[in-house]
Amino acid sequence: MKVRAQIAMVLNLDKCIGCHTCSITCKNVWTSREGVEYAWFNNVETKPGIGYPKEWENQRKWNGGWVRNGRGRLQLKAGGRWRILSRIFANPDLPQIDDYYEPFDFDYQHLHQAPEGQHQPTARPRSLISGERMQKIHWGPNWEEILGTEFAKRSRDQNFDSVQKEIYGAFEKTFMMYLPRLCEHCLNPACVAACPSGAIYKREEDGIVLIDQDKCRGWRMCVSACPYKKIYYNWKSGKSEKCIFCYPRIEMGEPTVCSETCVGRIRYLGVMLYDADRIESAAAVPSEKDLYQAHLDLFLDPTDPAVIAAARAEGIPDSWLEAAKASPVYKLAIDWKLALPLHPEYRTLPMVWYVPPLSPIQAAADAGTLGTNGEIPDVRSLRIPVRYLANLLTAGDEAPVIRALERLLAMRAWRRAMNVDGVEDTAVLTQAGLTVAQAQEMYRYLAIANYEDRFVIPSAHREYANDAFGERGGCGFTFGNGCSPSSPAEALFGGRPSTTYQVPPNRQTVEGKKA
Amino acid sequence: MNYLNTFFFQIYPYIALAVFAIGSWVRFDYDPYTWRTGSSQLLSGRWMRLGSNLFHIGVLAILAGHFVGLLTPHALYEPFISAGNKQLLAMVVGGIFGVMCFIGLTILLLRRLFNPRVRATSSFRDILVLVLLYAQLLLGLGSIFVSSGHMDGGQMIKLSEWAQHIATFRLGAAGFMLDAHWIFKAHVTLGLTLFLIFPFTRLVHIWSIPLGYLRRPYQVVRKRQAPVDYAKP
Repeated sequence: MKVRAQIAMVLNLDKCIGCHTCSITCKNVWTSREGVEYAWFNNVETKPGIGYPKEWENQRKWNGGWVRNGRGRLQLKAGGRWRILSRIFANPDLPQIDDYYEPFDFDYQHLHQAPEGQHQPTARPRSLISGERMQKIHWGPNWEEILGTEFAKRSRDQNFDSVQKEIYGAFEKTFMMYLPRLCEHCLNPACVAACPSGAIYKREEDGIVLIDQDKCRGWRMCVSACPYKKIYYNWKSGKSEKCIFCYPRIEMGEPTVCSETCVGRIRYLGVMLYDADRIESAAAVPSEKDLYQAHLDLFLDPTDPAVIAAARAEGIPDSWLEAAKASPVYKLAIDWKLALPLHPEYRTLPMVWYVPPLSPIQAAADAGTLGTNGEIPDVRSLRIPVRYLANLLTAGDEAPVIRALERLLAMRAWRRAMNVDGVEDTAVLTQAGLTVAQAQEMYRYLAIANYEDRFVIPSAHREYANDAFGERGGCGFTFGNGCSPSSPAEALFGGRPSTTYQVPPNRQTVEGKKA
Repeated sequence: MNYLNTFFFQIYPYIALAVFAIGSWVRFDYDPYTWRTGSSQLLSGRWMRLGSNLFHIGVLAILAGHFVGLLTPHALYEPFISAGNKQLLAMVVGGIFGVMCFIGLTILLLRRLFNPRVRATSSFRDILVLVLLYAQLLLGLGSIFVSSGHMDGGQMIKLSEWAQHIATFRLGAAGFMLDAHWIFKAHVTLGLTLFLIFPFTRLVHIWSIPLGYLRRPYQVVRKRQAPVDYAKP
C-alpha cells in the first residue's frame, strides 16, 4: 500500500443553477490572456448537448482516454508510444479552433464614434486571432445554453446511447441539466501519459496535475489524449495550458476560485487518501461498468489505523490526515455514495465527482398520480432519464445512479415530513439505506452547505507562500520567467509578451494612448 | 574573391556554429519558456497532415543524409561503394526526399502566407525560417542537376573534405570550395546561415525530438521540492 493524498472536488448538480459565475471568475483570474481567450478552464454546459469543444464526449472522433487492449493492459486510445510519436508532425485527432470557437470581441468604440446616420450603430464582432471582421459567431463555450440550438444537433450527445432519444425531442418530454466542467485531475491521466516531452505531471502532495511550462514543447498530444478536452493549446505561447486547480490558493488552504465564488454552494473540496499501488489495476478492470467500483476501492478509510500509519510513513502531515477524516468529498462519495465520477469509462480515474440532479416528476404531470417505489417517488419517473445520467456518470450502470437519486429524494421526504407534517418518517430513510444520523449530516452538507463544511483544505505547510493575488492574469504555473513582459532574452529568442485583457479596459492606458 | 571565399568557407562556419551551439544553450538555460515547436495546427488543420508530414519526413531524412554523407571519411566507405556510385545514391535518395520536402514545404509556406489566421499569428521569424528553408531546398534540388554533369564523385569528395576540415578544426578548408559551382557555394552559405539563426527561431525544437518518450513510464509524479532555506549559507 502506497498512500497518497489528493484534494478532490464534488459538484452537487442538484443545486447548480447554471449561472456561470465559476466560469467567469476562473476566466478573469487565469485565462484573460491572448492565446487562451478561447480556453475555459471551467465551463458550464447545458445537457443534453454536444458541448465545448464540439462532441468532446465522442471518443471515436477524438481518440481520447485509455482503452484496455487485447492483452488486458492499458493503452492510450490514440495508440502506443510509437504511434503517438509518429503523429507529432500533425496530430490527426487535434480539435480545431472552430471546434471550440473563434475568439472574438466587439467594436464597442464604434458605438461612440459612429457618425450621424439613419441607423442605430451596432458593435460588430471581430476575430481576436486574425483581427478580421466576423460575419457570424458559430459556437462558444456555452452555445447550447438552456437547450439552445435544435434538438437534431444536440441529440448527437453521446449520453443518449441506448436511450430512445427521439421522444426527448418533443417539447413535453424535453429535459435539461447543467454540467460544470473542469480538469478532472485524474489518478491515471491520459494527458500525462501522452506528453512526448514528459512535461505534464501529477503533484504527489495534493494530486494536482500541472504542465511544466518550461518543459512543454507544444507537441499537442495532450490536447487530443485528454478525453474531457480540458487541455488547451495556447496559440500564442505555443504551449499547452490547463486548469491548475488554483494551486496557489489550495496551498494556502483556500478553495479554488470556481468553488469559492459558486453562488449555489454546489462545490465541495476535501482530501481523499488513495492507494497509488493499485491505480493501474483499477483502471484496467475488464468491464467498464466495474470501473466505478474499482475507483471506489482505491480510496482508503482515513480512520483506519493501518492507513494512518502507512500515510505517516509516506510523510503525509497529520493536518492532512485530520482533514481527510473531515473530508466532505469522502462523505459524499464513499459514506453516502451520492457523488459519482464523470465518464469512468475513459479509464482515467477522474477526481472531480458529481451528485446527479433530481428533476421534475414527469409521470405525475402525465397521469395526475405519482409513481412511487415504496415511500419514495420512483426515480424512473423523473424527467431526466436515469439511463442518461448513468451514461454520464457510471458507464451505463443504472444502480448507483438510482441509489444516489433515491437517497436525495429520501432526505427531502424525511425533512418534508418533519417540517410539514411534524412527524419523523424514518421508514423512507430505511428504504434508501440511510440512518437518521446520516440523513441529518446529508441535510447539513447538501441543504445548508456551510463554507467550513464544504471546504476542508489543509494548507501545504510551506514556510512561505506567494501572495496568490499577484498571480492573477499571469501564467500562474511557472516559477521561471514565463510571463515576464520584457526580459531581454525574450526579445532575443522570439518570446511573445503576454497580453492580459483588462475588464474594464485600464483607463490609464486608454487615456495615455489618446494623449 | 579569394578573401570572400576564405571568409565564407573558413571563418563564417565557425561563427555560425558557435552561435548555433552557444545560442541554443543560452536559450535553453535562460528562457526555456520560448522553447517550442510553434505549431499552428490548432488554427488551421487543413493541409497540415499532408504538408507537415511530407516536410518533416523529407527534411529529417535530408538532414541525416547530409550528416552521414559529408562527415563520413572517404576511406571508411571506399571498400563498399565507389565515390561515383555514392554520388548517384545521394542524388537519388536526396532527390526523392527532396521532392517530398518540396511538396510539403510549398504547402506549409502557402498556408503560412495566405491563411488569414496563420498569417496573423506568425512572427517575422516564422516566415523568415520558412522562406530561407525554401530557398535552401531549391538550391539543394538545383544542385542535383548540376551534379548530373559530373558523375565521378569528385565534387562530392571536395565538399565532404571541406566539411571534415571544418569539423576537425583544420585550416585550408576554404580551398576545397574555391572552384565549386556557385550553386554549391550558395547552398553551403545559406545552410550555415540557417545554423546562425537557429537559436533565435522555432528551429530549436529540432533539439527536442522526444525519443525519451519511448522509454519513460506513462505516469509522471513529482514530489514537492523542499523550500529554499535562505538561512543556511
